[in-house]
Amino acid sequence: MDIQSRKENNILVLTVTGRMDAVTAPVFEKCLAEFIAQGEHLFVINFRDLEYISSAGLRSILAAAKLLRNKNGEIIFAGLTGAVEDVFKISGFHSIFKVFETEEKALKKI
Amino acid sequence: MQVLTTITLPARLSYLHAFIDFVTSCSRNQGFNQKKIHEIELAAEEALVNIFNYAYEGKNGDVKIICKIDNDENLILEIIDTGIPFDVLSVKDPDIASDISERCTGGLGVFLMKSLMDAVDYKREGNRNILTLIVKKSTNDI
Repeated sequence: MDIQSRKENNILVLTVTGRMDAVTAPVFEKCLAEFIAQGEHLFVINFRDLEYISSAGLRSILAAAKLLRNKNGEIIFAGLTGAVEDVFKISGFHSIFKVFETEEKALKKI
Repeated sequence: MQVLTTITLPARLSYLHAFIDFVTSCSRNQGFNQKKIHEIELAAEEALVNIFNYAYEGKNGDVKIICKIDNDENLILEIIDTGIPFDVLSVKDPDIASDISERCTGGLGVFLMKSLMDAVDYKREGNRNILTLIVKKSTNDI
């Protein structure tokens, strides 16, 4: 798993590539927690190149979302495909998070 | 029923990728498409991580995976440990409609496993927990 970050105005865009499983999800969770500790509070997560996510990945997302709730922050998602999109739908994450087809659409809506 | 291949490794997170590579290879050899392969990997990961975390209560132990096909070419993965008895199917489904603050993450992995597999079966035989994941060979998945 690889995480690339860039800033668009006050929004942090994270592009995650590869596989988010029980081994790699803690790396993603720590990365988000560090950005939140630095004061970042608006995140667009681009999962276009994420090929796999397990419940460990979902838990890391939920942990970050809980950290942001007291800070008026938000995480929204873009570019879900294949098995990752299925996992979001089955687990109900599609209804608790905003999900957009593309990063451009997500940036306009956050 | 035909046993194709087996793997036995220590029940530790550091071996997850080796176990999953085995599952990927079994699934690919049966001709499943990439999306279905990811679903099979996910179900196996959720089962394995539960065993790594709970089965041996901090002591050392192994996990064995047996990859089989039945007469209809359905893929059958038996995941076996000799830890404490644990029927993963008894885990309560999470409330997937609750919002972020109320959302409890327990049970999510087992729920995903049950949702993505065509059938999941658990039995205790002697000192062994045997969890069976069944993936039907459907024309949509190849």
